[in-house]
Amino acid sequence: MQIQPILAALKKHKIPAFLIVLEIALACAVLCNTVFMIGQRISEIHLPNAIDEAGVSVINVNGIDPKTANADIPRDLDALRQIPGVTAAAAFNMFPLGNNSWNTDVGTSPDSLFAKDSPNIAEYMFTKGGPEAIGMRLLEGRFFTDEEYAGSKLGDNYLPTSHVVVVTQSLAQRLWPGESALGKRVWIGQQQNYTVVGVVANVLRPGQNGGGIGHFYWAMFLPVSPAAGIQNYVVRSAPQARDRVLRDSVAKLEALSPSVVVKGQAFTEIRNKFFADARSMVWMLVLVCVVMLAVTAFGIVGLTSFWVGQRRRQIGIRRAVGATRAHILQYFQTENFLLSTAGVVIGMVLAFGINLYLMQHYQLNRLPWYYLPASAIALWLLGQLAVLGPALRAANVPPVVATRDA
Amino acid sequence: MFGYYLDLALRSFKRNRTLTALMVLALGLGIGASITTLTVLKLLSGDPLPQKSARIFAPQIDPLPSASSTRADQVWRNWGNLMTWTDAMNLLHAHRAERQAVMALSPMKITPQALDQHPFFSDGVITTSDFFGMFDAAFQYGSGWSAQDDENRAQVVVIAGFLNDKLFGGKNSVGRTLRVNDKDFRIVGVLKPWAPQPRFYAVSLGGRGYGNGDAVFVPLETGVAAQWNTQNVNCFDTGVDINHLTTAPCSWVSLWVELRSASDAGAYKTFLSNYVAQQISLGRMHHPEVNLPNLMGYLAQQRVVPNDAKLQANLAFGFLLICVVNTVGLLLAKCLRRSREIGVRRALGATRKAIFAQFMVESGMVGIAGGVLGLVFTELGLWAIRHQPAEYAKLAHLDPSMFIATFVVALVASLIAGLLPAWRACVVAPAPQLKSV
Repeated sequence: MQIQPILAALKKHKIPAFLIVLEIALACAVLCNTVFMIGQRISEIHLPNAIDEAGVSVINVNGIDPKTANADIPRDLDALRQIPGVTAAAAFNMFPLGNNSWNTDVGTSPDSLFAKDSPNIAEYMFTKGGPEAIGMRLLEGRFFTDEEYAGSKLGDNYLPTSHVVVVTQSLAQRLWPGESALGKRVWIGQQQNYTVVGVVANVLRPGQNGGGIGHFYWAMFLPVSPAAGIQNYVVRSAPQARDRVLRDSVAKLEALSPSVVVKGQAFTEIRNKFFADARSMVWMLVLVCVVMLAVTAFGIVGLTSFWVGQRRRQIGIRRAVGATRAHILQYFQTENFLLSTAGVVIGMVLAFGINLYLMQHYQLNRLPWYYLPASAIALWLLGQLAVLGPALRAANVPPVVATRDA
Repeated sequence: MFGYYLDLALRSFKRNRTLTALMVLALGLGIGASITTLTVLKLLSGDPLPQKSARIFAPQIDPLPSASSTRADQVWRNWGNLMTWTDAMNLLHAHRAERQAVMALSPMKITPQALDQHPFFSDGVITTSDFFGMFDAAFQYGSGWSAQDDENRAQVVVIAGFLNDKLFGGKNSVGRTLRVNDKDFRIVGVLKPWAPQPRFYAVSLGGRGYGNGDAVFVPLETGVAAQWNTQNVNCFDTGVDINHLTTAPCSWVSLWVELRSASDAGAYKTFLSNYVAQQISLGRMHHPEVNLPNLMGYLAQQRVVPNDAKLQANLAFGFLLICVVNTVGLLLAKCLRRSREIGVRRALGATRKAIFAQFMVESGMVGIAGGVLGLVFTELGLWAIRHQPAEYAKLAHLDPSMFIATFVVALVASLIAGLLPAWRACVVAPAPQLKSV
């Protein structure tokens, strides 16, 4: 196939050719960035969380009397453990992806409270049996002993009086890169410190703390004895028994303390709600992508059809002097390929520019390079698909047209 | 002449039904997407107190210890106008503004009097007496409490209209008793529906931004004396005792002031600077920076408009641009196909201007049709948004200004799209076109 005559013909139709190139360039640029955003959202929605998500329910009790909390909580937990199907239960101050969050700046030395690099992390606290109740996975070291739970009171500064802590893998790597975290100390302010006794697989934090996906796992776990504020009961059961266990648990707690407001949720529901915004954003982005590609395709169909209509006579002449149908078909396909290529090249530059703008204004990450060729191929295919109809019609123009008046 | 062009345009549409439908559809989709996202953006960046937001200010100071290397503007962005109890009380009692109020959010347990009803939690505010007057919260029954009640830690409460409907069937409940956090309070006022969108005063206090507003209002000192939990407590130094928050190094209450006019802001800022300088000389504070954004400035600083909404609007306009380019292409194809018709009209005496006008009328009509379709898509889009989980979702409705904007955008977009084809049409030379007939 010779490209020379195609270029010559395009020169005669500069404006329509330019419009097709522009449309493909815009579509390519928007597609790149939208697909990238979709990918980021989806990976957020599927963030791993090393707890027994399918078997865990969380029941929040609000409005218990602070003075009797240290007696009421063990009573409630005992009652929950007696429900058939419950394998473990414990009280937590907060839970992954919840609304309530306790956070603190931590450091590896006493002077690091206001150092620029002191990370802000989530501080989980739970009563005896917490790791089993939520289903955490120990990677190194150990969880807490009975004495450590019993000896740890929640202080007036909302920190437990214990001296041991378990950290997530991500936090261990952040604080002591390349070293084992076991035996190291986590400092909160100048007076309080905790010795790391265990490292667990990454557990998500409550709420969103900004600052990118890496920070989602910065959390530590502290043992505490029952107290006001440690008011989220985490109940674990087999996944198939979970819904019934949750109903029974709520009913039992409401019966035990009628003046308390009880709210129970399966963890899967908490996760769904948390990512509901991200999920609807994904659907919106997908919808825009599809409609945009459809509009682009119809634009190409429209312009090429007009083109074919205009050139019926030339096509007829070419057919009459020996060109086969395949030649005509190829001619329009090659023409479209050339236009798409120009559009895609401009589009990739544009996509890169848009990404830079978004990085500056919306804290988006850099577009990985492979998105560019991927959307280029997508638009090439789209162009070929769109041109097929008009090109086939062109190929069907009979040679006799050449002999007639236009 | 205009009527004749309209007639010509209609005939041309009839001749190319598919092409016309495609143009209108593409334009409609682009406009629908743009207006939908614009409506959401407008909703999110709206002024919650339009009548006086320019006179409402959020004083900001930096309470961090001397060792802190965090910049003051960073502190304000994270903590808004949160202050320590001591600073808030000092500034409140200085009475240097027309009105001033200190507040914190506190979830409150309401126990209905009917025995068969479960207790429930409501969004509550503990605040001082100027709150209602300053924020234009009007009363259905009764009134707010007095500054004296603040001092005396009076057991009084103001409730929102929707809570009054729920508990008292909407009747005048002033003087009746409400059980809040297991204590009895006397109702002194019932608010008319009042829910600023966003709920600006709650932003740095850890509250939700949208929705039907707070339900219960209790004097600040009363709630603090009872040690009610407040939603957001940011501690910045060692020696924190959570049971004595009034002396702890923690920011947890916010101060808002109303000035007589926006131009008084300079004077108030000077007062604020002098206050901080005085506290620095006393050794209580260490950073001299102060800030006094007005209500809208404060909302911008707190970035209340989510990035997602802005991204969606950007994307929608990118999409509209693609649709416009698409329309340019299709209009051009249509008009070039009619070169012969143009040639005939030119030969019969139509000027270039007349041809140009004719094609602009045609694209304008595509625009209006696109606008009507865009309106349908916008209503569809807003309907979909109302079914989203976001808390502002239910407020997404097309208002009159956006209704007009739909047609303005549609007309402008189509006229821009029509410029190039109309220009190509009017430069068509009549002679060659006529020759081939």
